[in-house]
Amino acid sequence: MAEYKLNTPLTDADMAQLKAGDVVFLTGYIYSARDAAHKKLVDLLDAGKELPFKLEGAAIYYVGPSPAPPGRPIGAAGPTTSYRMDSYAPRLYSLGLKATIGKGKRDAATRQAMQDHTAVYFGATGGAGALLSNSIVKSTVIAFDELGPEAIREMQVQDFPLLVINDSHGGELYAVPDLKAAGVE
Amino acid sequence: MRTIKTSDIVDAVADMCIKANTELPDDVRAKLEQAMAEETSASAKEVLRQLLENADLSAKTKLPLCQDCGLAVYFVEIGQDVHVDGNLDEAINEGTRKGYADGYLRKSACNPLTRANTGDGTPAVIHYDFVPGDKLKIVYMAKGGGAENMSRVTMLAPAQGWEGIKKFVIKRVAEAGPNPCPPTVIGIGVGGTFDHAAKIAKKALIRRLDDTHPDPEIAAKEQELEDALNSLGIGPMGLGGKTTVLSVKLAMEPCHLASLPLAVNVQCHSQRHEEVVL
Repeated sequence: MAEYKLNTPLTDADMAQLKAGDVVFLTGYIYSARDAAHKKLVDLLDAGKELPFKLEGAAIYYVGPSPAPPGRPIGAAGPTTSYRMDSYAPRLYSLGLKATIGKGKRDAATRQAMQDHTAVYFGATGGAGALLSNSIVKSTVIAFDELGPEAIREMQVQDFPLLVINDSHGGELYAVPDLKAAGVE
Repeated sequence: MRTIKTSDIVDAVADMCIKANTELPDDVRAKLEQAMAEETSASAKEVLRQLLENADLSAKTKLPLCQDCGLAVYFVEIGQDVHVDGNLDEAINEGTRKGYADGYLRKSACNPLTRANTGDGTPAVIHYDFVPGDKLKIVYMAKGGGAENMSRVTMLAPAQGWEGIKKFVIKRVAEAGPNPCPPTVIGIGVGGTFDHAAKIAKKALIRRLDDTHPDPEIAAKEQELEDALNSLGIGPMGLGGKTTVLSVKLAMEPCHLASLPLAVNVQCHSQRHEEVVL
């Protein structure tokens, strides 16, 4: 298990070296987008319009932060469950998205898209929202303000701690449940 | 007849919303510490360490433990000799609005189809029970979406019995895998009707993690399920390990002779809830 420090925008070379299980500290700019924001992004693509941020080399963080209390750039900001974005992810990867950040399993089409487009899926620790917010130094809503917690934010991160769950070579980190040991064939 | 002021209810509810979202319960902390001592894999230990550090940080900064501050769920026990000087339902919702606003908690209630956010964390889901006495007990639970989505209700055939229940629960937790932020707490409702099984499964989640069910037969079944689920090897955040669940809570009630209703309510590791007695 290797450890890397990476900066955005991410490149094919950055992604190709990563293997499931590697630890990455990410610095630069990432974009929050979750359920409703993804629908709006895809609607923009269908209409041939420009997206509010450049997909090429980008990382999308599946997060809906809690409101920022006075004196902090953001509230708690841990990952949300990623499978809900699987219906959108392959298309976004095909357009240059290099990484998604969330928690939980991805479907086969999304895993295949990572292989086809040299991209990865990072896990962040679910439920550690307060702790992860410490790595976010600045946050600005750049689109879909009306979505509240689901608005798209440009977030400046410093050494954001991530774990490679799915790499661009078909590797996956998640444990396979041992049904036999649990007494179910 | 004792009168309780709605203004007292509003304040008590708001305080509970904030406290539950920023302070990890003692019993949960103890279970996480115990799990960290027992885990042998480095990644499992690291996840548990982060969760404990997260709790310390929340207590210090008052940032919510998790950005998903849940849909507000309440279990209310109303003493038969209590009179509320206004609308109890509205007081609980008003307390929710106040708590979610004052505590900088995320408001996650939205229209199911348009997905438009209601903007204030309401309406809450409130379950009422009447009990003897002149007290009003309100339990608040922050029910996050990630774990709730992994929950299921099913109607088994009576012949499937305990083995069928066990199999369904194990398969559900296995299928959920890393999605609900394991280690989880599993509330199981067996009996009643389709809806009632779900309600008692959820209510089971407000028990302390370190308690033992007063019925020794049910306590043994809870342990049997806990052992089976922890042998799945899913581990903290699905990275492998001995701790897939922190606890299993089982509620059983009689059902129709044709039915065997079963509900599995998955709750995330932080098990956020609070109670107040007025």
